[in-house]
Amino acid sequence: MSDLSHLPARREPSLGRRLFLQLSAASAASVALAAAGCSPSSTPTPAAASNQIVLPQGNQGLLYYAYFLALAQATTYQKVVDAPPSDFTPVDRAVFDDLRDHAVVHRETLKYLIDPTRATVIFPADFAFNLKSFTLTTRAGALAAAQQLEDLVASAYPVILPLFSSTNIYKRTLLLKMSTVQARHAATVRDLLTPGGFASSAVVDGNGQLITQTPFVVLTALAPFVAPYVLAFTCPDTNSSTDAGLCTANG
Amino acid sequence: MNFFQIIDQLAAVDPDVLDRFDSRRSVFNSLGSVAKRSALAATPLFLGALFQKAYAGTKSTPVEVLNYALTLELLEADYYRLFLAAGTIPAGAATAAITQIKKHEDAHVALLTGAIRSAGGTPVTGSSTAGVRFKPSAFPSTYAGQLQVAQLLEDAGVRAYKGRAGELIGTTLLTTALQIHSVEARHAAHIRTMRGQLPWVNPADDLASNAIYTSGVTATPSTTVTTAGGSYGIPAYTAASPTENNTVQSNVPLTSGLGATYTAADAAAAFDEYLQAAEVVDASRAGGLLA
Repeated sequence: MSDLSHLPARREPSLGRRLFLQLSAASAASVALAAAGCSPSSTPTPAAASNQIVLPQGNQGLLYYAYFLALAQATTYQKVVDAPPSDFTPVDRAVFDDLRDHAVVHRETLKYLIDPTRATVIFPADFAFNLKSFTLTTRAGALAAAQQLEDLVASAYPVILPLFSSTNIYKRTLLLKMSTVQARHAATVRDLLTPGGFASSAVVDGNGQLITQTPFVVLTALAPFVAPYVLAFTCPDTNSSTDAGLCTANG
Repeated sequence: MNFFQIIDQLAAVDPDVLDRFDSRRSVFNSLGSVAKRSALAATPLFLGALFQKAYAGTKSTPVEVLNYALTLELLEADYYRLFLAAGTIPAGAATAAITQIKKHEDAHVALLTGAIRSAGGTPVTGSSTAGVRFKPSAFPSTYAGQLQVAQLLEDAGVRAYKGRAGELIGTTLLTTALQIHSVEARHAAHIRTMRGQLPWVNPADDLASNAIYTSGVTATPSTTVTTAGGSYGIPAYTAASPTENNTVQSNVPLTSGLGATYTAADAAAAFDEYLQAAEVVDASRAGGLLA
């Protein structure tokens, strides 16, 4: 696994939405990909020609994506736990302690799933989830940040779970077990911000189904937090009847 | 490719995996010489074939999986009907929440019924007086008791969806099932909060010792579920599923095996476990609540 610390100097990303998707597909095609699932240690190297980080194709890419989401959660909740808003209630504090703890366990479990030796450099050393766009110094701000993250993550999992290849039953199962907890988090944070909002029509449709979000939508929503880096997800080359277009749809 | 590592890791989620391969030793034998076997064992194609054979016979049809889900949704919908009719729920937020949840369960019943019909199957049915419904004699008399059963139903529901998701792989029904599962988890979190419990399943729960959070069966499992609203097949029971206080995932002790130390409570609460169909319909769980 090569180190990504040789990345060229940062530059402001100037890729439009559509171009960014097109580029991600082209870059992925040019990367020599190890067969997914062959060995947890044979991690494909993301193309690193610019500030764009192309997640590997296949199961490893799904794990990288989930790892990024857990990293975003853990970074945010750690900040809140370290410096709780002055108007936080004891219940708020207890919930954020647990959110932080679960996010860290998820992040480290995903790191293990990506590479059991934990040696793989998943993102460049200076890659960070930047919290400047959140207001974490007030209760309302911290809960709004948590709600945005939890709703996004909860809506992301039902899209990526079907994309795992069938030889990775245990990885899919582990992420499925995490997805239940993500949904519990999302409901809890919603209830704290807006009592009774645990499953409002903003997140559940008229059929009683969770409204899902594609990786494109999720990464676009979180793009300001990872600048100057740009994360690009590569949809697995699956039968379209399997993912029902959920991976590739832009909206 | 480390073939044996994959088997080991698979064993973490399916303790029965080695038995599956062993009882189907002919899979290996049919491949000819030792040299040929070794070469083949290094290819993903071989793995795919091996898993397919090892798990053959443990899958139900999508219609059977959906009928199983529909049974649980009918049970929940009827339970919330009784709950709202009992007149015990405080007006305001509590009534609004239970009404909202009931609305979702009704929507799930309609969604699954439609999906089964679309697939050419016959959906199980239920109403307040016939078919799949909540056993009236099991309905608690107090608000606290009623909320408790609601929690057990919701937490069992999310375990049940996880237990069958693998059988829907390769169909669009998997995404649908996962979307319903996610909403059930939101219900569970809210009911738990209403009860003054943590929203996530954890070892300190007041109901932690309930069968819903453990695993195994209390009666001889069957491969057919027979309800008043219809019958369908389920996979044969294998070994007990992980219990909810499980802290080992993928053979890794999460408390110590991830490069730092985490508490057993966090390791257990960070993952919700699945339950097999035979465990869910056992008399100690949902099976005991069906009329």
